[in-house]
Amino acid sequence: MSDKPKFAMYWAASCGGCEIAVLNTNEKILDVDANFDVVFWPVAMDAKYKDVEAMQDGSILLTLFNGGIRTDENEHIAKLLRQKSKILVAFGSCANEGCVPGLANLSDAREIVHTAFNTVSTDNPKQVYPMTSYDVPEGEICIPKILPTLKTLDQVVDVDYYMPGCPPESHQIAAVIDLVIQVLQGKAELPPKGSVIGAGNSTVCDECQRARNVKTITSFNRIFGQEIDPDLCLLEQGIPCNGVATRSGCNARCPTAGAQCIGCYGPAEGVVDYGARLVSAFASVIDAKEPDEIDRILDGIPDPAGQFYRFNLAGSLLRAGKSAWEKA
Amino acid sequence: MTYKFEPTIIGFTCNWCSYRAADLAGTARIKYPPNVRLVRLMCSGRLDPTFVFKALASGADGVIITGCHPGECHYLEQNYKALRRFQLMRRTLVGLGLEPGRVKLIWASAAEGARFASEINIFVEEIRALGPLHWGVPDDEEPSTVHSPLSEMEVPA
Repeated sequence: MSDKPKFAMYWAASCGGCEIAVLNTNEKILDVDANFDVVFWPVAMDAKYKDVEAMQDGSILLTLFNGGIRTDENEHIAKLLRQKSKILVAFGSCANEGCVPGLANLSDAREIVHTAFNTVSTDNPKQVYPMTSYDVPEGEICIPKILPTLKTLDQVVDVDYYMPGCPPESHQIAAVIDLVIQVLQGKAELPPKGSVIGAGNSTVCDECQRARNVKTITSFNRIFGQEIDPDLCLLEQGIPCNGVATRSGCNARCPTAGAQCIGCYGPAEGVVDYGARLVSAFASVIDAKEPDEIDRILDGIPDPAGQFYRFNLAGSLLRAGKSAWEKA
Repeated sequence: MTYKFEPTIIGFTCNWCSYRAADLAGTARIKYPPNVRLVRLMCSGRLDPTFVFKALASGADGVIITGCHPGECHYLEQNYKALRRFQLMRRTLVGLGLEPGRVKLIWASAAEGARFASEINIFVEEIRALGPLHWGVPDDEEPSTVHSPLSEMEVPA
């Protein structure tokens, strides 16, 4: 065992994109290795939960936790890593606000299991469903239980820092790694607990180079099937672009490339509920006064819950759709 | 004693019309149910949908938003903005599984105390008919039924 500070990274309900983003820092990953002893990182190295359980409390200096809390295993590891870590970072959109896995909160957990094991795309003639525990001669074997809804990391444990993004941009990760190393060398101080790190304090619109004028929207359209002016604000052109409510930090990558912002950096500074802010912003710029005409324009957003909460449902005020919590 | 459901309703009123309508209903001693808790805003255009989401997430069974009649806004046309926000907000809430009748927008001028009281009466009865909402997230305890087959459920592929 070296004397270097210890580093851990864990994935709960996530896609693995966050680890790829970390590896995308290229040679910066060598700085991590030079300055840290990587003790636990299931994607990159072999380590067992019991190894973590055997560590002293607070012995891991920095843990990057990505993924939402979908199963009791996720929750157990979140609590375990909280106990063992000095600094716990909610890393990436899933851990911060639920992200796409959080959209499952629109459905009842039974429905989700049912869809996975019993739809036309699944060949399951005997209606076999997984059992969470099973007795075999050697003892009882278990698989994790799915929780009724997906939760964000800070709905389960205390979180020190929040690093948004789906995934966090590699240059932002590199900057955070640099900062932590500087702190280790006594050249910098950590930001106050609870800060959002590796992102800006403004909105995507602030970083977007497209020209902005007064918006008067007479129809919402999807981005295909029409001519898009490459220099003009997408929302002004009737494309539901979420940049107005989304935290800056990505250099407005999507609008720069010609696609609308879908909101992966989460709510901008001061936004309590991401979806509510977007409802407010989109409705404000509609150019109509009659209810029927407003309805016609709003038909251009066929799935408002998905549009406004693609990344944010689990972290929003309402946290889940009604069917997810309603007792049958 | 049997439990009787009394709806908890949050009402947002505009300073210039509907709040005065409520005031007029009071001075005229018109009775309306005490289920509604009024919050005065300067204008219905001040209504951030966050307020409504927070009310519903915190235990309200219904939310009523009131403003000046179209064309009569003290700030010219912010009540149209309120109308557009209301329509988009309701669509979003329906997408989250809420009954559309739990949120309502009405117009009431400062002279319409009686109308204001009667609209509150109607809304309270509508919410009473819909029953309690109690928006919440499930307990951490996993329901034992989560992993069992649901043969009666149709799920589109």
